[in-house]
Amino acid sequence: MSATITAPAYRIIPIIPALKPGAMEDSKSFVANDKIQEALGFPGQLVDDWHDRALARMGELLGKYRSLKVFLDACVHCGACSDKCHYFIGTQDPKNMPVARQDLLRSVYRRYFTLPGKFFPKLVGARDLTREVLDEWYTYFYQCSECRRCSVFCPYGIDTAEVTMAAREILDSVGYGQKYSNEIIGKVHRVGNNLGLPGPALLDTLEGLEEDVKEATGIDVRFPLDVKGAEVLLVTPSADFFAEPHIDSLIGYAKVFHATGTSWTLSSKASEAGNFGMFIGNYDQLRKIAMRIREAALELGVKRIVVGECGHAWRVAYSFWNTLTGVGDGADANDKFAMMLQKQLDHRYKQPLHICEFTWDMIEQGALSFDKEANDKHIITFHDSCNVARGSRMGDYPGGQFEIPRNIIKAVANNYVEMPLSTTREQTFCCGGGGGLLTDDLLDLRVKGALPRMEVLQQVVDEHGVNFMATICAICKAQFTKIMPIYGFDRRMIGGVHQLVSNAIRLGNK
Amino acid sequence: MIGTLFTILFYLATLLFVVGLLYRIGVYSRTPAPLKIPTTPAPINTGGVVLRMTREVLFFESLFKANLWTWGMGWLFHASLVLVLLRHLRYFTEPVWAWVAFIQPFGVYAGITMLLGLAGLWARRLFVERIRYISTPSDHLLLVLFMAIAASGLLMKFVAHTDVISVKGFILGLMYFNWQPLPAHPGLYVHLLLVAVLLLIFPISKLLHAPGVFFSPSRNQADNPREKRHIAAWAKQLDSGQIEPNDMGNAK
Ligand code: SF4
Ligand code: SF4
Repeated sequence: MSATITAPAYRIIPIIPALKPGAMEDSKSFVANDKIQEALGFPGQLVDDWHDRALARMGELLGKYRSLKVFLDACVHCGACSDKCHYFIGTQDPKNMPVARQDLLRSVYRRYFTLPGKFFPKLVGARDLTREVLDEWYTYFYQCSECRRCSVFCPYGIDTAEVTMAAREILDSVGYGQKYSNEIIGKVHRVGNNLGLPGPALLDTLEGLEEDVKEATGIDVRFPLDVKGAEVLLVTPSADFFAEPHIDSLIGYAKVFHATGTSWTLSSKASEAGNFGMFIGNYDQLRKIAMRIREAALELGVKRIVVGECGHAWRVAYSFWNTLTGVGDGADANDKFAMMLQKQLDHRYKQPLHICEFTWDMIEQGALSFDKEANDKHIITFHDSCNVARGSRMGDYPGGQFEIPRNIIKAVANNYVEMPLSTTREQTFCCGGGGGLLTDDLLDLRVKGALPRMEVLQQVVDEHGVNFMATICAICKAQFTKIMPIYGFDRRMIGGVHQLVSNAIRLGNK
Repeated sequence: MIGTLFTILFYLATLLFVVGLLYRIGVYSRTPAPLKIPTTPAPINTGGVVLRMTREVLFFESLFKANLWTWGMGWLFHASLVLVLLRHLRYFTEPVWAWVAFIQPFGVYAGITMLLGLAGLWARRLFVERIRYISTPSDHLLLVLFMAIAASGLLMKFVAHTDVISVKGFILGLMYFNWQPLPAHPGLYVHLLLVAVLLLIFPISKLLHAPGVFFSPSRNQADNPREKRHIAAWAKQLDSGQIEPNDMGNAK
């Protein structure tokens, strides 16, 4: 199948595409087998009474999540979101319009949970929950990267990602899970990280890195693991440990810690910042995966928790960790659970802190210096990752998540170019591989979903000779590395912000 | 006879409108929002949230970013509707408040612009392929309902006048339980009937976007998750287990 996958043509003017109903109805990611499902406590196979159980789960979620309840009620079908999804733009399948995606679930909500839907289903577009509908949920809710771009434009802030998460949770609860996401969650619990890299192998990798950096720079930059009493615990996506170009950013973090004399450590227990529990909308999994960080922090006695370059992980860390695990500040004095950790952390610093916040802070304090010329071969642009842009913040003002990474790039390199504003910052387009879709069984979708980003990248390549697109997300990096060659770009064009830091940082005599 | 029917209808419609709406608002406010999910960049404190919500409710800020046509027609319709409703206060107050008297002429024009906005929105729904795709029959009918209400009102203003003094008497009668006859006028019957229908369907339709917008977590939450621990009651219960034994283990 992958042999036939080609990139869609760029649009001459980026007009809204005509509809091609059914265009992506066969693009369905592999279903999880019973082993994968049962490891997470979900039914192994589609249960016989899936119909009733799905509706019961929906009812439960409606009572637990105000977002779901309000979003399912409030949509007026204005269509403001309809042309905002990269998957719709790239595939032209109308069911990839955010509102149409929500309607797959909303139609069933109306049928069973609202008066008009009970009595006049046709009138309000309500549908019975049939096996076809269930399959359609599976297909199209695994064609949403939960990027929240649609929610920026909706007059009621309706976030399709919330609806997608609920739908996936319902599907999991009746035994209809996705292989890719659920297999990875199983690995986190079994081994400690998404890539299934066990502790000893991690230690080997880190020692190898120390040698590499020593060879390249002549300096002993350490990559410590499980060091009790370290000041900083770095939690980073496991791709940073060996995937290209991710690893270059890991080297960058280590160099920043080295150059600033910060004592830090990685943890073999928390060797993964990623949290696919969010992608499948399951609170228990989200929490369980996040708990590893809390446990590691308590065991190691660290004062600060810093998160590496990963988009959804940063959203989970920034927005959810305090809620889930108490990593943060401002818990009630009688909140024993959270206080146990919050007493240990050093609240002169934000908890958790993004590695970009850490580095930028050090740059501002004059603790780092750079040979910017080392990056002169690069003409750089920056791709905002959706979860950072629309689901988190950096610094102490709204929008810091846009400024801080750019500030770092400009501090370490001379050539920087912006892509058009309608495709960056809060309006950034997803890379096409986020939200649990970074699997080869969805490659066609991933290639098509990257279209809007590739179009504007091409534009800055043509106009400004851009040859490097920096980003701070492990999924973006992996997705672009894979699909950019299909669009005719060099895969090495994509890299991390700390990769650029690593190139330019002065280590020895600063 | 017809007056009695309308009297009963309006009491019923008002009752269902109020009870239905309060019930919905009750459900929304009781349902917890367990996670911090403001669409960022978002205000970092409550004052900022109030501003964001005000811009959203008064100017449809997000819609403005999304699509100028929809924004223009949607805003025209809603702003006109507000003016028209305010103008109608004169049927509910005696003596009529000065500012209500002042806006009377504007309210009349607003009836026309309201119709224009609605026509624009409907044209979009009919002729733009993707909007037609997502439209249900109720989406069309609701626009038709609003247009019929506006049109029947304008007809009474400009074409077939009705006895507004008696209409006012009828409405004040409803309010003070001192029932008065309703002038016989087909246009008026249509107008009032449709308004009653609107009141009735409000709490069970997409008109819930009006209260809903205030409860939308992506808009009404402050962006301060690192500074303050946010936790829902049902999620809080999970904390009491303290550190759970890591049942799945790890390969350390
Ligand atoms: S969240 Fe992103 S991927 Fe999902 S429907 Fe909205 S724009 Fe599309
Ligand atoms: S923008 Fe919001 S209200 Fe409009 S169709 Fe999309 S989800 Fe519905």
